[in-house]
Amino acid sequence: MPEFITQPWSWYVSGALIGLTVPALLLLGNKHFGISSSLRHICAACFPGKVPFFNYNWKREAWNLFFVAGIVAGAALAVNFFSNHQPVQVAPQTVQALSALGVATDGNLVPHSIFNFSNVFTLKGLVFFVVGGFLVGFGTRYAGGCTSGHSIMGLSTLQWPSLVATVCFMAGGFAVVHLVFPWLFKII
Amino acid sequence: MATKPIHDEFTEQVTTPDECSAGNDQVAKESLVGSNIKYLGMGILFGIIAVKSEIISWYRIQEMFRLHSFHMYGVIGTAVVVGAISVWLIKRFKIKTLQGETVVLHPRQFHWGNVIGGLLFGIGWGITGACPGPLFAQIGSGSLVVVITLLSAIAGTYVYGIVQKKLPH
Repeated sequence: MPEFITQPWSWYVSGALIGLTVPALLLLGNKHFGISSSLRHICAACFPGKVPFFNYNWKREAWNLFFVAGIVAGAALAVNFFSNHQPVQVAPQTVQALSALGVATDGNLVPHSIFNFSNVFTLKGLVFFVVGGFLVGFGTRYAGGCTSGHSIMGLSTLQWPSLVATVCFMAGGFAVVHLVFPWLFKII
Repeated sequence: MATKPIHDEFTEQVTTPDECSAGNDQVAKESLVGSNIKYLGMGILFGIIAVKSEIISWYRIQEMFRLHSFHMYGVIGTAVVVGAISVWLIKRFKIKTLQGETVVLHPRQFHWGNVIGGLLFGIGWGITGACPGPLFAQIGSGSLVVVITLLSAIAGTYVYGIVQKKLPH
């Protein structure tokens, strides 16, 4: 495998390829880039109950479920076949800031000290998996989209509500990292 | 504040079947597997890009929210510029879909969920280091414990579906 594939990709190559997802999906069949919708389709397909929000023809939106299934497979291919297996490089200031919180930069994509099964039934697991995941699912649906649907698809089509949503995504992230993390890591 | 009807692309399609839904605007009939297999292919490409660009890394998200690296801003910024130029070209030259249909785009209507939901998602993004796409990619990359995060995200979406009408929009 050539080195330009196995090394981490630059922001401009990655960004351009992600940007091309928008016209690719539109031209393949009038599909709108947006990944958080898949979570709703999963609800609609598996346990719609009598909730009107989940009673629609999810089969028409099944392309979205094929897309996310592809993401899982593509990520597995990338780490197993298109990687140079070098540690992930993190900005020195971030390494330092995380170290002050007790999170080691271990060269993985996600810190093993947080993302491992032994944390599932701990306070750490409750915060990082259960609460964090819940906020991602609840927040994206309430906002009407996520980073793909609002920040990339919405901004690409010049929708100002998507700009508002994107600014709020960033504000929420900044707030939790700077205001909540310092004391959160003291108690977990 | 909750009086305004919620713009909802999918249920709208159920109540008024003639209306196109955002998400899928193709008119030509599609089979469940045969027509959708190409989106599996697109997803595979996206998953590879998501890993190779390291946007699925919890550390990269930390760098972004700490303003210690340009990487994430570069990725998202470039994606928006390339996406916007592509959409402009599609409209300018009236490029048709593979099925020969006109590309349909939907205006987004502002509602307070953009703000409140946006902030809540941002908090979740900061904690998990993943938006929905990277959740799937993290699982594929071998962080199997993220399955729990994904299940919780599905639960969050489900709870939203139940309480939707009671929330300010």
